[in-house]
Amino acid sequence: MAEIVLDNVTKQYPDGAVAVRDVDIEIADGEFIILVGPSGCGKSTTLNMIAGLEDITAGELRIGGERVNERAPKDRDIAMVFQSYALYPHMTVKENMAFPLRLAKVDDTTVEKKVRDAAEILDLTQHLDRKPSNLSGGQRQRVAMGRAIVRSPKAFLMDEPLSNLDAKLRVQMRTSVSRLQKQLGTTTVYVTHDQTEAMTLGDRVVVMRGGAVQQIGAPQFLYDNPANLFVAGFIGSPAMNFVPASLENGVLRSALGDVPLTDRVRSLLEGAEAPREVIMGLRPEHFEDARLVDDTVRSNGVTFTNQVDVLESMGSDKFAYFSLSGEQATSAELAELAADAGSADVPGGGVSLVARISATSSAVEGEPADIWFDADKVQLFDPGNGRNLTYRG
Amino acid sequence: MAGIGGAVTTGRKARWTVLNVLVVVYALFPVLWIVSLSFKTKETLGDGNFIPREWTFDNYKTIFSTTEFVRALVNSIGIALIATAVAVVFGTMAAYAIARLDFPGKRLLIGVSLLIAMFPQISLVSPLFEIERGLGLFDTWPGLILPYITFALPLAIYTLSAFFREIPWELEKAAKMDGATPGQAFRRVIAPLAAPGVFTTAILVFIFCWNDFLFAISLTSTEASRTVPVALSFFTGSSQFEDPTGSIAAAAVVITIPIILFVLFFQRRIVAGLTSGAVKG
Amino acid sequence: MSHALRPPAEPADADPTATAADSKLSPKAKAALSEGKKAERRLGLLLCAPAILIMAAVAGWPIIYSVWLSLQRYDLKFPDRTEFVGLENYVTVLSNPYWWNAMWVTVLITVVSVAVELVLGMALALIMHRTLVGRGIVRTSTLIPYGIVTVVAAFSWRYAWTPGTGYLAETVAGGDPVLTEKIPSIMVVTLAEIWKTTPFMALLLMAGLALVPDDLLKAAAMDGATAWQRFTKVMVPVMKPAILVALLFRTLDAFRIFDNLFVLTAGSQGTSSVSMLTYNNLIKGLNLGIGSTMSVLIFIAVAIIAFVFVKLFGTAAPGGDGGGRR
Ligand SMILES: Nc1ncnc2c1ncn2[C@@H]1O[C@H](COP(=O)(O)OP(=O)(O)OP(=O)(O)O)[C@@H](O)[C@H]1O
Ligand SMILES: [Mg+2]
Repeated sequence: MAEIVLDNVTKQYPDGAVAVRDVDIEIADGEFIILVGPSGCGKSTTLNMIAGLEDITAGELRIGGERVNERAPKDRDIAMVFQSYALYPHMTVKENMAFPLRLAKVDDTTVEKKVRDAAEILDLTQHLDRKPSNLSGGQRQRVAMGRAIVRSPKAFLMDEPLSNLDAKLRVQMRTSVSRLQKQLGTTTVYVTHDQTEAMTLGDRVVVMRGGAVQQIGAPQFLYDNPANLFVAGFIGSPAMNFVPASLENGVLRSALGDVPLTDRVRSLLEGAEAPREVIMGLRPEHFEDARLVDDTVRSNGVTFTNQVDVLESMGSDKFAYFSLSGEQATSAELAELAADAGSADVPGGGVSLVARISATSSAVEGEPADIWFDADKVQLFDPGNGRNLTYRG
Repeated sequence: MAGIGGAVTTGRKARWTVLNVLVVVYALFPVLWIVSLSFKTKETLGDGNFIPREWTFDNYKTIFSTTEFVRALVNSIGIALIATAVAVVFGTMAAYAIARLDFPGKRLLIGVSLLIAMFPQISLVSPLFEIERGLGLFDTWPGLILPYITFALPLAIYTLSAFFREIPWELEKAAKMDGATPGQAFRRVIAPLAAPGVFTTAILVFIFCWNDFLFAISLTSTEASRTVPVALSFFTGSSQFEDPTGSIAAAAVVITIPIILFVLFFQRRIVAGLTSGAVKG
Repeated sequence: MSHALRPPAEPADADPTATAADSKLSPKAKAALSEGKKAERRLGLLLCAPAILIMAAVAGWPIIYSVWLSLQRYDLKFPDRTEFVGLENYVTVLSNPYWWNAMWVTVLITVVSVAVELVLGMALALIMHRTLVGRGIVRTSTLIPYGIVTVVAAFSWRYAWTPGTGYLAETVAGGDPVLTEKIPSIMVVTLAEIWKTTPFMALLLMAGLALVPDDLLKAAAMDGATAWQRFTKVMVPVMKPAILVALLFRTLDAFRIFDNLFVLTAGSQGTSSVSMLTYNNLIKGLNLGIGSTMSVLIFIAVAIIAFVFVKLFGTAAPGGDGGGRR
């Protein structure tokens, strides 16, 4: 067990592409840290550099206080779980799990015991003599985990270990990965681009974009205080709503009407040198059906009326989708997020909005509805550089 | 034409059976014929019957008592084995590099070996005839082994690089993470996975060398290095008036045996090997 | 509060949460290869070196040498009359009726055998691909013609067509010695060639068939396509690359026909192929100049065939996808 420190680490591939730039991350001993970001942002590259599978172009990597840039993977005492599991097809489950121990020349009885123990933990005991090709996806995944835990390494590296599983199994495995990590207390770096995994699994989350770290923090902190538009849009599902607005005399003019600046927002804006044109960010859960809001609370927010395009009932609550007239919020960050979500070319102009409202709401699809939102929860962003103007750092 | 879905009725089964029997007969007829000839006695050789009226092993006894045939058999086996071994080793090295590594001239190498694979062998015979006479390689084992390797290499490189591409290279990373040195990763993970491909390639290359006639007849002149196919075409019988048909048939059967064994035991692999390069298309 | 409009986004490097949109750091890395990369290149070349050396020495150099030889008068029977004659050998060969006869025989055998093989091979491929019973037996037995030594097969055919010995001579040819006349001989040779190589064609086509998704055929069937329409409108277009590769391989292979001819007719009655004629001039006639000239001409002919195939149909080089890695 050990802490892992990335000190100004940069990776430039031989073809000139810079995959990772000036990354600084300090991972504490026993911490579970998540690397998250859109496809191609350099998560795997970062992980592979920690593993020793890719050279570090510049900067320093320290594990347990020692510089390990030049060490071969086998000398770093780190285990890795691959997205494809990378189980050796010619070996049985048992042989797969024993492989790292055999390479380390551990004696037979110890190997036997450790493999048994790991199989016990992962519920693989009855499959030990089978070949990987005869296992289900979930079982293969567990074998891959087993191969990582048998030799009690200093750290685990996992590159999207659950992304090949179906949705239900993924949820199940997510909890068992989390439990396993707590039980073993081993430093873990976990790559994913599923933001639910990012929110639920880790002690801290590192959001990356285009090879650079955008923000590091506990999941809830990131959710409440995104440092910029990118983090705001990336973390949370459904994503934060973005509406262009202009700051005029202490009021935000937007397609949702005039939004007064609350004291909280005003004080945060104070030192921020906000431009006139801003982007207003609103989480879906900060909306509510206006009829269900107390009058006292109602005055703390803004109510607007719009037609409900689509209404999805999730049982516990409802998602209402609107389209507002007016310009869509534009920025490089938002464009990239849209591209990553595969919705870069949503037809029709205007602003689309998602509100998460109470299940008891009587809003009807295709009919206008009165919707209220909490003005105090508004976040403001600079469209030029994406900075969160209301960031409470 | 094949039907889609539907129940497997006895009628359809019967139709397929008939078709399959036709295919099997098509494939085996000429082979059975030469086998039949090899078992005929001198007297019945000329009767034109598909099945021998009288059976005899005389033809086999005869050919194994002549040095002409035994020598040729030794030559065939030795030359084909050596050429196969060398071609497979060099081919494996090159195919690994092509499938796994990035280096300048890779595409050129692929192109050139494709060119050689399609090359008219006769175009090489004239210069090789002259060159080998100059170097003293004419009518020697190396004189045949070298062109065999040359023509087997493209075959080996293609088949093997198709196999190598199938290997999930992430396993190599996984092995490194599990604490293996590059050597251990290759020996314990990659080599066992590559072995079937290498073996298949060896079979294909052996069949190619075993089959060759043009080089063997052009670049040899004596028993010293003549292979069986060539020796066959020179069989005359022990006296001028004796008909060599029986001996030729027996010798032909003998050199067909390895092929039959390969086909029987490694049918799947041969099919996979032959088609691996082609599907990429 | 009035706010001055900021200039449009500039890379704000000072800002820790700055955008990373300017992801082209420096193009300078193009030139400097990392140590690992260099080692990889070195290893790649090292591993390929033996193969390259052998192919260059035993194929590359002789080809160049044969061009040189083809420009000489060089007859081993009269070695002292060797001299450089320029293109004279080419004039001799190209104005020689035997050469053109051999060329036509070769083209005839090639075209007929490849055409028949395509049809037969397709049928065989469908049988192997779809058969409900005994797939293993069918595949195994079709591999025998592929694997068997050509000379052995040729002898089998020769004895089958020889009056007195053969079953075919009596039943099909009515006791006539078919191998002593030009056209029947060529037919027999073509048949032998077809028998031997149809399975190879079938295997290549079968690999193509495996690429046709079953769902596609089912969809076509649901759309009302008959079995024949499914074959011509769905299977063949999808298989086209596989068909072209198979055709190219087989055409070039058929063009070098030698073994079957050697055993079946030895090139008598004007049945020589170009390979046969070259062999006769070279090894029997010991005329290296003329033999080399023919070698070069055959090489050119093959290059033209390959070129036409690639240009006309855009056949991709099999296996040449540059190599997927990591
Ligand atoms: N071997 C390589 N050579 C050159 N560029 C590479 C190489 N591997 C990755 N890259 C580039 O580096 C960038 C980061 O890649 P990386 O695999 O780390 O992304 P990722 O965040 O893991 O994405 P994903 O979520 O899709 O796995 C990408 O732009 C990619 O194209
Ligand atoms: Mg990745």
